[in-house]
Amino acid sequence: MAVHGRGATGDGAGAVDGGRGPGDADPAGNGQRPAQAITVTGLTKNYGEIEAVRGIDFGVSAGETFGFLGPNGAGKSTTIKILCTLALPTTGSARVAGHDVTTERDAVRRNIGLVFQDTTLDNYLTGAQNLRFHADLYGVPPAAVMPRMRQVMEMVGLWERRDGLVMTYSGGMRRRLEIARGLLHAPRVLFLDEPTVGLDPQTRTSIWEYINELKSREDITIFLTTHYMDEAEHCDRIAIIDHGKIVAIDTPEALKASVGKDRVQIHTADDAAAIAELGREFGIEAGIHEGAVTFSVPAGEEFVPRLFAGLSVPIQAVSVSRPSLDDVFMSYTGKTIRDAEGTGADAMRQMVAHFRGRR
Amino acid sequence: MATTGTTDTESAVTSAGTAALAGQIRVAVPEHNLRSDLRAVSIVWRRELIRFRRDRLRAVTSLIQPLLFLLVLGTGLSSLAKGSLPPGVSFKAFIYPGVLAMSVLFTAIFSAASIVWDREFGFLREMLVAPVSRSAIVIGKILGGATIATFQGVIVLALAGLADVPYNPVLMITLVGELLLLAFTLTSFGVMMAARITQFQAFMALTQMLVMPLFFLSGALYPLTGLPAWLSILTRLDPLTYVVGPMRHAVFTHLNISESAMQAMSPAVTWAGWQVPILLSLGIVAVMGLVMMGVAIVTFSRPE
Repeated sequence: MAVHGRGATGDGAGAVDGGRGPGDADPAGNGQRPAQAITVTGLTKNYGEIEAVRGIDFGVSAGETFGFLGPNGAGKSTTIKILCTLALPTTGSARVAGHDVTTERDAVRRNIGLVFQDTTLDNYLTGAQNLRFHADLYGVPPAAVMPRMRQVMEMVGLWERRDGLVMTYSGGMRRRLEIARGLLHAPRVLFLDEPTVGLDPQTRTSIWEYINELKSREDITIFLTTHYMDEAEHCDRIAIIDHGKIVAIDTPEALKASVGKDRVQIHTADDAAAIAELGREFGIEAGIHEGAVTFSVPAGEEFVPRLFAGLSVPIQAVSVSRPSLDDVFMSYTGKTIRDAEGTGADAMRQMVAHFRGRR
Repeated sequence: MATTGTTDTESAVTSAGTAALAGQIRVAVPEHNLRSDLRAVSIVWRRELIRFRRDRLRAVTSLIQPLLFLLVLGTGLSSLAKGSLPPGVSFKAFIYPGVLAMSVLFTAIFSAASIVWDREFGFLREMLVAPVSRSAIVIGKILGGATIATFQGVIVLALAGLADVPYNPVLMITLVGELLLLAFTLTSFGVMMAARITQFQAFMALTQMLVMPLFFLSGALYPLTGLPAWLSILTRLDPLTYVVGPMRHAVFTHLNISESAMQAMSPAVTWAGWQVPILLSLGIVAVMGLVMMGVAIVTFSRPE
């Protein structure tokens, strides 16, 4: 599994050299190239000595859900800040919804919706007042404000609570209100910076239901960052970013395929003999992990019948697991993504949320 | 291969989503122009008022300090000051313009602090990424803060009777106008500082450090004549001086006192012996406010 499976299954074209990757999103080419919602070329950003973003290139097609995946401090938030015109790139350029983020900032801002990692609601206003504020600030035509407000609030299930002060909302409700607000002015590109961070698993799931519904209801491109591997699966394509560079960019399936190997675990009557025989008969290097004989093969489900036929040691149980995005991340960066997340407090919070969910 | 994810979505759109899409309210955000900027100013201003209305405690607490000065200090010191005051002038009436200025001072600076607060709670970002000019946001904030501060001043103004100041309509209108000007300049000052100071603690510490000297040097509690040179210079540098002077002039012209008493108690601000006209005095304050507002706009307009 530690082996780079690049090209092992034939279509692992996903790995992109961070320095000069093609900005184009759709090399498969179905004749007409879709309009690009986001194009980034040679983007860098330095804060003094620190190189937060070190030359990235990518493109996002209109209508796509594109995920930026990486650990904290990898440069995700900096990139999103540049794309939202909140920060200027040191070098390179980016276009969002057809406008340059440095020279046409207002045009970019009119066409994007933002949901930040940290809440940007006014707790002393009601949900409706927060949206009203946004509508006036973005110049939503007055006649459209009320119907549109109702539409987005109903979409996230907050219409009934519109007159409640935001300080009385739960964390999940606040995030939903922010998503509704981000959509209020019908942006062409919606940026979601860690849309589910700090929420319990139940709420995370419900936020994703809203986002998926949104994809079907609105004609919109979604650009999101996350460091939850399972959430990256909701994306059409993913870029893995580490140390300010894109190390891989492709569909979740292709990325997983590029890792190439499935993990097979077998329980046998005689593990030592099984390991020896695997090496002798199949040329596979196996080891004992988690109490089972464990090894990696390119196509696990095809290998298992051969294994049963060829191994003389009786097999009691077998399990085959596909590579997860965790494995992908591990394979491209050599480390797990949970570095910053695995605190005790977080684990406790998840556990509490888990028990609550059992009511 | 790149579209496995989208296919599901697209089919969902065509089957279940057509009705939803048809019912979607189309919104096209227009390019920003003067009208949209004014709308932005207006909503930023209204938000300040909504928040102020919700925060009754703040309205009450910011009344305490001016009342302490007017009733406790004013009453306590009046026997001491009796000998040196001309007939018909009470000490409370003398310090009343200063107390009015003080109520505006505290509220204006505290309103500006809401920018630092907004920054810490993230709401500032919501405003800064909007497709409106930053000047609209800064102006809205300053007008909002100035309105609230003036409102506080008006509450103290309603207590004029306690300071033996008559409820003369002309006097009241003059004072409200002067309070509004002062509130504008002080809020601009606060917002200018809040544009640079990003931490709430630091902002509060700095303003605490500045508020009392501004008040004490303004001539709110003593006449500006016959002061030692160092103090005389400092009082002339305090912007508050140029509002407290005209306010006291307005109050004293409506008191039933002699011309000499007027001269002694409410002398015009002088620069090296030259009397600064009241309109110039107020003009200075207005220009200061506009300059500080300009600095605040420039600071906020600079991207990271």
